[in-house]
Amino acid sequence: MLADKDRIFTNLYGRHDWRLKGARARGDWDGTKELMAMGQDWIIDEMKRSGLRGRGGAGFPTGLKWSFMPKQESDRPHYLVVNADEGEPGTCKDRDMLRFDPHKLIEGCLLASFAMRAHACYIYIRGEFYNEASNLQVAIDEAYDAGLVGDNACGSGWKFDIYLHRGAGAYICGEETALIESIEGKKGQPRLKPPFPAGVGLYGCPTTVNNVESIAVAPTILRRGASWFAGIGRPNNTGTKVFCISGNVNKPCNVEDAMGIPLKELIEKHAGGVRGGWDNLQGIIPGGASVPILPKSICDTVLMDFDSLRDVKSGLGTAAVMVMDKSADVVACISRLSDFYKHESCGQCTPCREGCGWLARVMRRMVKGDATLAEIDTLEQVTYQIEGHTICALGDAAAWPVQGLIRHFRPELERRIRDYRDAKTRAAA
Amino acid sequence: MSARDLAKEQPASFAFNAEYLALAKKVIAKYPAGRQASAVIPLLDYAQRQEGWVTRPAIEAIGAMLDMAAIRVLEVATFYTMFNLSPVGKTHIQVCTSLSCALRGSGEVMKACKDKLGLGAGDITPDKAFSLIEVECAGACVNAPVAQIGDDYFEDLDYASTAKLIDAFKRGEKPKHGSMIGRDASAPAGEAITLTEDPTKPIPKQDLAAAKAAFEKAKAEAAAKAAAPKA
Repeated sequence: MLADKDRIFTNLYGRHDWRLKGARARGDWDGTKELMAMGQDWIIDEMKRSGLRGRGGAGFPTGLKWSFMPKQESDRPHYLVVNADEGEPGTCKDRDMLRFDPHKLIEGCLLASFAMRAHACYIYIRGEFYNEASNLQVAIDEAYDAGLVGDNACGSGWKFDIYLHRGAGAYICGEETALIESIEGKKGQPRLKPPFPAGVGLYGCPTTVNNVESIAVAPTILRRGASWFAGIGRPNNTGTKVFCISGNVNKPCNVEDAMGIPLKELIEKHAGGVRGGWDNLQGIIPGGASVPILPKSICDTVLMDFDSLRDVKSGLGTAAVMVMDKSADVVACISRLSDFYKHESCGQCTPCREGCGWLARVMRRMVKGDATLAEIDTLEQVTYQIEGHTICALGDAAAWPVQGLIRHFRPELERRIRDYRDAKTRAAA
Repeated sequence: MSARDLAKEQPASFAFNAEYLALAKKVIAKYPAGRQASAVIPLLDYAQRQEGWVTRPAIEAIGAMLDMAAIRVLEVATFYTMFNLSPVGKTHIQVCTSLSCALRGSGEVMKACKDKLGLGAGDITPDKAFSLIEVECAGACVNAPVAQIGDDYFEDLDYASTAKLIDAFKRGEKPKHGSMIGRDASAPAGEAITLTEDPTKPIPKQDLAAAKAAFEKAKAEAAAKAAAPKA
């Protein structure tokens, strides 16, 4: 288990003062000016060497992403946009950072913006997080009053403005180009890439979109050193990570631990174990609604990091662990997720708009068993016709849970279909 | 996707009151000149806070304020599900029924609303005091099941605590939000095993001068290697 001294989010549970005074006592805003004096190239190099991979789900190396921004300022201003549109079912880590450690995020925004030569940053927070947005706004105001951000941020001579932008309830705005569209005052419908945001982003200007956690860990990485962060976890899967453990466990919680912690250890140590014991486990979705479910046999040994979970055909995603014990109706669970994607599809691409509705309708029949055995194959085929055929990854995300269900729980689907058919035959006789 | 349309019955007019007009001007100033359309979501939110829901006259007024065609504002109002396109109750209950909440009994929360208020999803009481909807993931999954009432999250609910909450709202009280079982935010219930140390203990910092020297050295070596003629 990770030691407290290596935890970045020391106020994850809100037990201490989240305002500037408390944040400073916990080491935030300590020597920020000196870090900036090290120069843009050093900051980006240090982030690259830390091995930090984006915490929003895709796991793209953060330092590398920052290096894609133009190296010279031009008449087109650069922007940093922070994605706080947290809404992936199972995920609630950013919420705690926004409400209890807002200064870590603001300091990270300054350092990241400086490294990417941006003078303005927008934080896009989901509209439902009203109280979280209100804490963050208080923290931003405090930072302005203390001269930490503003015309001469931390006395560095760098002009930096930071703004909070509240969304209004659309999961799709967590996709970076949909988020940009939304800030521009439009429907949140993803853009075709290329051009990538680093070339043409917010208001047509160079933009980088990062997850809250990716930005909020940056100041600590720079202060303690890339080698400290890279020394935690495994190569290519370094550092600490906030995990969200929900569902059928005894003590659901958020916890920060090392990347690559075994899934079983994570649940038994921090979440009080699976309800009814580990043997009562049916399956786990290890990284938020978009990644395929894993059966108990894989959960027994799998490690919680990007590469280990990819190797078992799932994914770390947002590290939102959703646990289903044997009392859960696993088909109904995946059907619930299909309903989610149907509701949240933005409607732009036909395979996703029509496909998600179709998946949801067929999955509802699968829950009852009101289908034919051949329809399981049809269902699987349709998921492959959605996956990879849409502008953004929402189509993929809708397909994967269903694929995972068929991969690992096909006998359960078949059993339901047979039982339903048998019951019907009996009723007729 | 969720197809939504404006209510049939609409008021004749809309105007921001002085308080929201001031807020609207402040929010428009957050965005670069000529990019005032960025303020459309905040302004629709203010309109909803003032009127209780988003009306057609409000959509037209906001379009005029932001120099946007009314149809563009309508697109936004119908796309984002937090905008209520018809009146809701004074106490608007939004129960999350997504997977994490479903696994921990959001069905019981819905049942308590049905039993106490006679409401199913999408219903409003005849006196317009309460309304109920189901929402997709509220983003508080380790505190499931959750319901958002007004701007506040009520967490770790069950049938009994939901019923108690509804009674409190009926009496006109403003119950305390957060966990209904009294735990700290997203911390595991019971004794803490992490974050038990003093968080103000200084953290070991790297030597920036040494880091800078190492960085410059590596840069110079890379440059020399690039410049060296190929053997």
